[in-house]
Amino acid sequence: MSYVDDAFYRDLAAEFTDWQSGDRRLLDPALLESCRGILHLEARLLDEGRFEDWLALFADECLFWVPGSPGGDPKREIAVSFDDRRQLEGRIYRLRTGHAWSQVPQSRTSRIIGSVEAFRAGNEAVCMVRSSFLITELRGGETRTFAGWNAHRLARAGNGWKILVKQINLIDCDQNLRNPSLLL
Amino acid sequence: MNISISSRPLHDWDALVQADRAHRILYTDPAVFQEEMTKIFGAVWVYLGHESQIPKNDDFIATKLGLRPVILLRDSAGRLRALYNRCTHRGSTVCRAASGSAKAFQCPYHGWTFHNSGRLAGVPWPDGYACDFKDDKFNLAQVSRVESYRGFIFGTLNPEMPTLKEYLGEAARPLDDWIDRNPGGRITVCGANRLKYRGNWKLAYDNSCDGYHVVFSHRSLLEMENRLEKDPNKGMSYYKSKPDEAPMYCRCYGRGHHLKDKRPNVEKRAGALWEIEGAHPGKERYEAKLRERFGKEADRWLDLASSEPINLTIFPNLLILGNHIQVLEPVSVDETDTVWYGTAIVDGPDIPPGVAEDINALRLRTQEGFPTFGEVDDLTNFEEIQKGLAAQEDEWIYMHRGMDIPGRITTDERGIVTGPATDEVFMRLYIHHWKELMKSNPVLSVKRTP
Ligand code: FES
Ligand SMILES: [Fe+2]
Repeated sequence: MSYVDDAFYRDLAAEFTDWQSGDRRLLDPALLESCRGILHLEARLLDEGRFEDWLALFADECLFWVPGSPGGDPKREIAVSFDDRRQLEGRIYRLRTGHAWSQVPQSRTSRIIGSVEAFRAGNEAVCMVRSSFLITELRGGETRTFAGWNAHRLARAGNGWKILVKQINLIDCDQNLRNPSLLL
Repeated sequence: MNISISSRPLHDWDALVQADRAHRILYTDPAVFQEEMTKIFGAVWVYLGHESQIPKNDDFIATKLGLRPVILLRDSAGRLRALYNRCTHRGSTVCRAASGSAKAFQCPYHGWTFHNSGRLAGVPWPDGYACDFKDDKFNLAQVSRVESYRGFIFGTLNPEMPTLKEYLGEAARPLDDWIDRNPGGRITVCGANRLKYRGNWKLAYDNSCDGYHVVFSHRSLLEMENRLEKDPNKGMSYYKSKPDEAPMYCRCYGRGHHLKDKRPNVEKRAGALWEIEGAHPGKERYEAKLRERFGKEADRWLDLASSEPINLTIFPNLLILGNHIQVLEPVSVDETDTVWYGTAIVDGPDIPPGVAEDINALRLRTQEGFPTFGEVDDLTNFEEIQKGLAAQEDEWIYMHRGMDIPGRITTDERGIVTGPATDEVFMRLYIHHWKELMKSNPVLSVKRTP
């Protein structure tokens, strides 16, 4: 069952507009450290191919979103990816079939996450995190890179965080991408 | 100004393109590719863009005609033009934006400025020149013939080409069907999934009507779609077991155009398409919203969010797939860009207010599925073909499926050829058309007088 509806798009648009302003920056070192913690964990799980464990970092009602142009509005243009939970599960299911030829053999990746900044997001239970990423990929004997920045919308869960939204902003999102089938 | 092409054949084409097979160098020889860029991507009607990408006067997009950088635009007088993006001074591109609106283009190098009709508007410090800048040779070159068929804009440099309508021939009918299924026949391009692969452009063309690969190349997608279904008849599942016995068919119209028509697999009633659509984001919520408003009548709108089950291919670079407008852009002999433009329906008097917005909220999401979960596997297989073709002594690519089997393939009085969905008859017909084009000696011309 999909939970994506008008309210979902409306909230998403509001949450992802003007959120990186200086006056919203969160500077508490402990908070920043815990945000870095989930980002680093996420990167490691993906590099290790532990996709199910990675999925467990997401909230039940989540979004995995790769815009197809900088700032691309998902109501006005198709995205590279716009997965609700069911589709994100499908994405992993497909990779696990062993017949997803674009990932047979599977990419080896090494991710670097940096420039992490956190921003207030309306209420204490949620925060927005911006980070830069560099993914180096080896597949088919060739090494390539994917670069850009992530926006994570995180919700407090116990002592840690769950990912509500992961927005992946590839610097080349509006260019012709070669085999973007790895999990970004 | 005419551009002559050497009349000496590059290869013995009849030896390289035979009844049942084609030679590997069609895909690997840079000289063949260079010649294709004139004899095909230049000499036939080549798809350039959709009118919804340049809706207003002065709107432009950057595109290509083969390898030629072109600015496709609607000039200040409303006329469609494809200007060469190539300054007449020393050759720089004059436009570096992917899209926008401009009455004129000023070359960033020395400041020569051109109206969007292509005419030279002026050069800095003209007193340093003795020439007459009114001479047409200083205007931007432009594609000599640009025509639109119901919003689909094509260009050719070949004065010998028939009109675009004639070129499309009977293939215009399924294109009409595809356009007319949308309210008022109106669609608008809404972004794109842009992919590239390391392989020759013809590998994508060979695949355009290929019903043989589906259950193998797209096995992971079929398994992903069917994981949720009690009823295993969703999506592309009609390719399983015996696809040649299904009512779908492959049809070839001549000039390299062909259609895979899967519509006969689907019941002819409102809602039948929506029922086989996969589980995309928003599916249940928007369906419930429309049902609350329209009840059973919502079916006819929901069908518009579903993928139209056709693959229509217009030689050499336009593929209508589901709701996508896919364009092939050759880059080099072993590199190709494929751009999957999304399409959305447009409000109008024939559609209740708000419906287009809700349908498009679904339709954008249904279109993202195939490029991400299906096409990537095809492109990988194309790349693996290109690698395989490096084996020089193993020369042939076979395309003889369905050949010489009595009664399997039929030709009607108009010359339209129809066969089962997995046959390679479309490949044989288009590559023979390709061969005739490669044997031809078209005289291409650009226009300089706006
Ligand atoms: S190259 Fe354009 S003005 Fe010189
Ligand atoms: Fe395919």
